Amino acid sequence: MNKTLLIAAVALVAALIAPVYIYPVLLMTILCFAIFASSFNLLLGYAGLLSFGHAMFFGTSAYITGYILKTTSISLELALIGGMLVSTVMAAIVGLLAIRRAGIQFAMITLAFSQFVYFVLLQAPFTGGENGMQGIPRNALFGLIDVKDSFHFYYVVLAVSALALFLFYRIVNSPFGEILRAIKDKEPRVESLGMKPEQFKYLAFVLSASLAGLAGALKATVFQFATLTDASWPISGEVILMTLLGGLGTLSGPMFGAAIVVILNDELAGLGEWALIAQGVILLVVIVFFRRGFVGEMAALLAKWKKPAAKTDAEATA
Amino acid sequence: MSETALKSSAAAGTAPAMLSVENLHAWYAESKVLHGINFDVREGELLTLIGRNGAGKTTTLRAIMGILQKRTGSIRINGDELIGKRTFEIARKGIAYCPEERAIFSSLSVRENLLLPPVLKPGGLTEEEVFEIFPNLLRRASSQGTKLSGGEQQMLALARILRTGSRLLLLDEPSEGLAPVVVKEIGEMILKIKARGYTVLLVEQNLRFARKVADRHVVIENGEVADILTAEEVERAPERIQSYLGV
Amino acid sequence: MTVQLLAGQLLLGLINGSFYALLSMGLAIIFGLMNVVNFAHGAQYMIGAFTAWFLLTNFGVPYWAALVIAPLIVAALAMIMERLLLRPLSNLDHLYGLLATYAIALIVEGLVRQRYGATGIPYDSPIKGGVHLGFMFLPWYRLWVVLFSVVTCVGTWFLIEKTRLGAYLRAANEMPQIVESFGINVPKMITLTYGFGAGLAALSGVLAAPIYQVSPSMGSNVMIVVFAIVVIGGMGSISGAIITGYLLGIVEGLTKIVYPEGANMVVFVFMAAALMWRPDGMMKSN
Repeated sequence: MNKTLLIAAVALVAALIAPVYIYPVLLMTILCFAIFASSFNLLLGYAGLLSFGHAMFFGTSAYITGYILKTTSISLELALIGGMLVSTVMAAIVGLLAIRRAGIQFAMITLAFSQFVYFVLLQAPFTGGENGMQGIPRNALFGLIDVKDSFHFYYVVLAVSALALFLFYRIVNSPFGEILRAIKDKEPRVESLGMKPEQFKYLAFVLSASLAGLAGALKATVFQFATLTDASWPISGEVILMTLLGGLGTLSGPMFGAAIVVILNDELAGLGEWALIAQGVILLVVIVFFRRGFVGEMAALLAKWKKPAAKTDAEATA
Repeated sequence: MSETALKSSAAAGTAPAMLSVENLHAWYAESKVLHGINFDVREGELLTLIGRNGAGKTTTLRAIMGILQKRTGSIRINGDELIGKRTFEIARKGIAYCPEERAIFSSLSVRENLLLPPVLKPGGLTEEEVFEIFPNLLRRASSQGTKLSGGEQQMLALARILRTGSRLLLLDEPSEGLAPVVVKEIGEMILKIKARGYTVLLVEQNLRFARKVADRHVVIENGEVADILTAEEVERAPERIQSYLGV
Repeated sequence: MTVQLLAGQLLLGLINGSFYALLSMGLAIIFGLMNVVNFAHGAQYMIGAFTAWFLLTNFGVPYWAALVIAPLIVAALAMIMERLLLRPLSNLDHLYGLLATYAIALIVEGLVRQRYGATGIPYDSPIKGGVHLGFMFLPWYRLWVVLFSVVTCVGTWFLIEKTRLGAYLRAANEMPQIVESFGINVPKMITLTYGFGAGLAALSGVLAAPIYQVSPSMGSNVMIVVFAIVVIGGMGSISGAIITGYLLGIVEGLTKIVYPEGANMVVFVFMAAALMWRPDGMMKSN
């Protein structure tokens, strides 16, 4: 337990001094996608539902937050909440229909709905169509604190991310999280206990979408623009990659996955299609050889190295 | 006890082993279900695997057929090793399998169900021959497979596997869930099939049914062979087998 | 609304529907047997079109030959992919199969775009001219596409629903282990079926090349619509996929007349409606 605290403390110090050494926007991008991947992880890693349309919540929230900031002088945190609310409501509607089918069909249906949302955003008058929404201002936080400088804003994003990840942690370790895991492994048994798995899945879907919305809202304020790309299917695919690469159903996995993919995209940004090709290759390698993801494999390796017999233990706690 | 069973039991006593199972272990995922099963099936005989629910009878059939791939030991048919082989390769060695749930295809008509297995070996029955043995199926040939009654479905499942020309039939609880009248009919059908020279390995829980058709009984308990009894031995002292089954 | 406009959009809808039907049918066949949603279907369609274009520009291979060669090439590649990638994953959650085919689609589309750029490349129509019907001009090639699609769909449906070969496929959809216990090499059957489905996608790609431009994104754009169609038609239902494909192509065409902005959304609206009123799919067989 002390060791965990130590790791957390080191991570906190590293996060606090990081923007001195690393470009803050890159760090903030990683944090946004860490939230996004965690939201996806909540759904696939804990409830066993593969959403192939999570970009619809991310993208819509980015546009809504951007629109609020551009047209009003409302304070920043309220604009973020506004974006989140819209994606939550959207998930409440989409979820009603999508949750009716499980497994593979759920993936296809969410993908189709997100494409629908994509076309709506393309044609809606406020989004700027193909050009996207530019020049989103960072209004003062609580109407008081100026966050126009990215170095300062980083600490806001860090605080929000920490809060979001803490929330995620509380959700998956609550009785609700337990039930989700039970549904994932043995749905009929949960049903036989008189619970309605559908309701829990629906709730997980909506919760996951609000977190994804928060990620999108933050992203709009970090980059100060929102584009159709944020709501497109490659983003839905990217968040799947981040989560699987980091470690499905693990707490810290999606954060690692987000960091790796964001840095990779950054490094390969000037090389045309190679970023996307690399994503495909990595996803393939993860699926075929490392289904436990980065964190899962590390934990297994560590356990093997420490205590050859306790392999299964490490898998359980990863 | 029927006379036919007695007679063929005498004949089968001297016949060579067609299928021999030695030290068979098998797993469902991580849990081990069979712990070293040994028995032989002699050519022309009708052998039952008998035992309580969950003893490992169905698992034994599935392991022989390769549907359960995780298995060790030795299973040989006419000397050929089956461990490590895939299900379709095992079938082509001359083994036919009729599962517990009967496995009638709902998207196929009765005729399509019947004609689905290809003739693998010379001696597979033609459509006419099958209908000759199972005249009831001819009337329902074009209806949907799963629209048949339970007994008819069982007949269809039995008839279907005669198509391949395999001489060894693995039957999993053909009497299960059927009315006594129908069970009797199925029993007669199995004896009729046996009279045509087929070798049968039958999984049963129903001792009365098993006693009517079998030459020998292999008692399975907790994934092991607890006892092997001939039909005569069971007739002489039924208590012995009954004690295993708890009846 | 003029007759010309109506007829023109109906034809366009029928053309789009022809491709929807072919693609969703292939998807349904693969899904039925393997329980894998073939995300690479769009990429296979695109590679079909590209192969036709490549063969024509580099080796002067005409359209008619490409119509045979391209599907065979794509089918062969798909069968290798099934053996090396999908079969090892088949014992896991089927979501891994979906994600693996998605990864392949990303790689293939990315490589083609890297090599040939994102813009479309025109492919000359092999049949020139057309006929004036009085109210509209009907290009011969478009007529050919519709007829060819209908014949291919009906032919495939017949093969699966009415023949002995199809009976194996239907039976293996239900209980593959039992079919295998009859001595049928089901793993080989799965490989061939995947090859067949991918070949159908490539065939559609060649067919599409002269109508739409040959471009790396042609597959992923149509794919999501086709997914919605398969959901509406009922997963794995061949006839459902075919009928829904044509119908929604036409509905899309008609929407263009009434509300042009909504044309690329109408399929998704139908999917939502289908989920509301027929949660098990239009033609779910079991």
